[in-house]
Amino acid sequence: MQPKLELLDAELVHRILDEAHQLLSEHGVKVQSSEARGLLAGAGAKVADEVARIPEALVAAALETVPRRFSLHDRSGKPAVEYGGDAVHFDPGSSCVHVLDPETLEHRPSTTPDLVRIVKIAEMLAQYDAQSTAVVCNEIPKEIGDLYRLYIVLLFSAKPIVTGAFSVKTLQAMIEMLAIFAGGREALAEKPQAVFDVCPSPPLIWSEFGAENLLELARARVPAEMVSMPLAGAAAPVTLLGSVVQHAAESLSGITIHQLAQPGAPIVWGGAPAIFDMRKGTTPMGAIETAMIDASYAQVGKSLGLPTHAYLGASDAKIVDAQAGLESGVSAVVGALAGINMISGAGMLDFLACQSPEKLVVDAEAIAMAKRLVAGVEVRTETLATEMFAGIDFKGDFLKQRITKELFALEQHIPSKVIDRDSMRGWQQSGSLDTWSRAKERTRQLLESYEPPQHDPGKVAELLAMVERLAQGAGMDHLPEPA
Amino acid sequence: MQTEELFRAMAQSIIDGDTDVAAELAKRAIETGVDPLDAINEGFVRGINRVGEEFSRENMFLPELVLAGEAMKAAIGVLEPEMAKEGTARQIHGKVVLAAAPGDIHDIGKSLVGTMLSASGFQVFDLGVDVPISAVVEKVREADADIVGVSALLTTTMAGQQEVIEALEAAGLRSKVKVMVGGAPVTPEWAEQIGADAFGRDAVQAVTIARQLVGLPG
Repeated sequence: MQPKLELLDAELVHRILDEAHQLLSEHGVKVQSSEARGLLAGAGAKVADEVARIPEALVAAALETVPRRFSLHDRSGKPAVEYGGDAVHFDPGSSCVHVLDPETLEHRPSTTPDLVRIVKIAEMLAQYDAQSTAVVCNEIPKEIGDLYRLYIVLLFSAKPIVTGAFSVKTLQAMIEMLAIFAGGREALAEKPQAVFDVCPSPPLIWSEFGAENLLELARARVPAEMVSMPLAGAAAPVTLLGSVVQHAAESLSGITIHQLAQPGAPIVWGGAPAIFDMRKGTTPMGAIETAMIDASYAQVGKSLGLPTHAYLGASDAKIVDAQAGLESGVSAVVGALAGINMISGAGMLDFLACQSPEKLVVDAEAIAMAKRLVAGVEVRTETLATEMFAGIDFKGDFLKQRITKELFALEQHIPSKVIDRDSMRGWQQSGSLDTWSRAKERTRQLLESYEPPQHDPGKVAELLAMVERLAQGAGMDHLPEPA
Repeated sequence: MQTEELFRAMAQSIIDGDTDVAAELAKRAIETGVDPLDAINEGFVRGINRVGEEFSRENMFLPELVLAGEAMKAAIGVLEPEMAKEGTARQIHGKVVLAAAPGDIHDIGKSLVGTMLSASGFQVFDLGVDVPISAVVEKVREADADIVGVSALLTTTMAGQQEVIEALEAAGLRSKVKVMVGGAPVTPEWAEQIGADAFGRDAVQAVTIARQLVGLPG
């Protein structure tokens, strides 16, 4: 039995959806793409200026055709991530602009070698089910920044990818890049290898690019992952529930637009909400209330049978200290208990602005704990205990039993050295290292033992040629040496 | 109500963020012949100063600061036409153009800066968010501004602050206006690097800085 955390009773879920529908049909949602407005108007929405008032029936029709589950495949075409239901997966948080320098602790602008390091670490850690385009490579021209990140992730990993495009033109290029590995756009649509994050703007706005993104992804049948981000008290109602309603309204309108372009195309009920800190005007991702908004909106999405996503497992700390550990750990566990299919955020510091490979290594331990928790307790033996007492004779000799040898590795997750469980003497003899030092050491080891994926060289060559061409178009003489 | 009591009530209406009461008290001042300037300086401004201090001490919070600003606007909205009628213009310390850098749609902090500056006696022209560089320069020229404040909340829009300074130079306006910058990723080092005159940590500090930039005691 998978343990669950539910903050809302059924009546509250109902009220949230009711008010979301009311907002959509009466208050309306701003849709800044004329094409999307046209589709909505054609299907019965009232559109005036840029505001679309969407009747409940239109949303209901979209919810009928939206797929309840889909898989993301690895580079060899094997299903690796299940979106839908209560399967829980984690990926590194995406689109940071800084990386934490492990020696100086400076937050410096990220570049290609930083992204490569992050991808290698995430590739080597089983806790990460997918990669993400974790950082922006600041040395690359902005106009190809999104597809360039994807190219690096494709080169260095075989895992499925969570990414996002910055423009419609580059979105198409990124789909082509993925199609190279899938064996064509049809094959990619049948066996997706990546999801693309698409963001509405709070409150209740689909920008021109956001809406067009939805339309393009739907038509390509490449999974869209909506990332609605109510900021409670600033860009959304101050109450957690009020923000959950805004999330529902934004997401329902997104699904409606998306399904009008291509019924049956896959889409994810996702987000990155936060409360607004009333002292600093910041948006704490590590706040428990942030996690509560996520868990609540995920519950609403699940009530509609939809695949879910959230930003959890991140911290607002600036270094990998106790705050980073506790915020990332606590929120990762909340996400897992909420049964969220893809939890993005690991590795992140400073309000999602900074990535850290060493933090990815620490966060992997919290993720392992979260996964072990939601795996629950299993009945592995015929009697729960009684048989194991045969011959024990009041001595603590369970270590000698065959069953102990057989089952310990299934019952217990064995953490890496980042988690210290040594005796005091042992810890001292190993250098009295703290978590940060142990994480740096493990990061070094993982990078040393990294093995590149076995990609088809023909496909890699095709990818390289395509990206080189696009880079030249953006004014680059040649691509940086990634390794 | 005695004038002292009235002034205290005015200050309190700002501290309470009560727009209706603030406007009421402003009207009462006019009706009972209290000098509108006194009402502002002895009454309402004391309230907003108190809120600013308490905010800096983390005893009061953003919603209270914002509501205090709204109440202040309401009071000034009642008193300013009266002062115009009497010909006793409120002494303007300076003209400030505010804008969020191109591509940046964050406006809570910038609006707060505008509110605090208005409340403290500056004339504020808030151009809003995602403002093209040319529009900022044009407004500085048109309003003959003393200060221009540019905010950026993203590392990706920060460059806009540098671009404003460069555009002011190109337009021959740089020496005529002081530039202050702010926003979460902005640091004193960045401000210095781009040749800004000042860096502001928050809306409360912005007032101190603006006063310094126009040569008033902080």
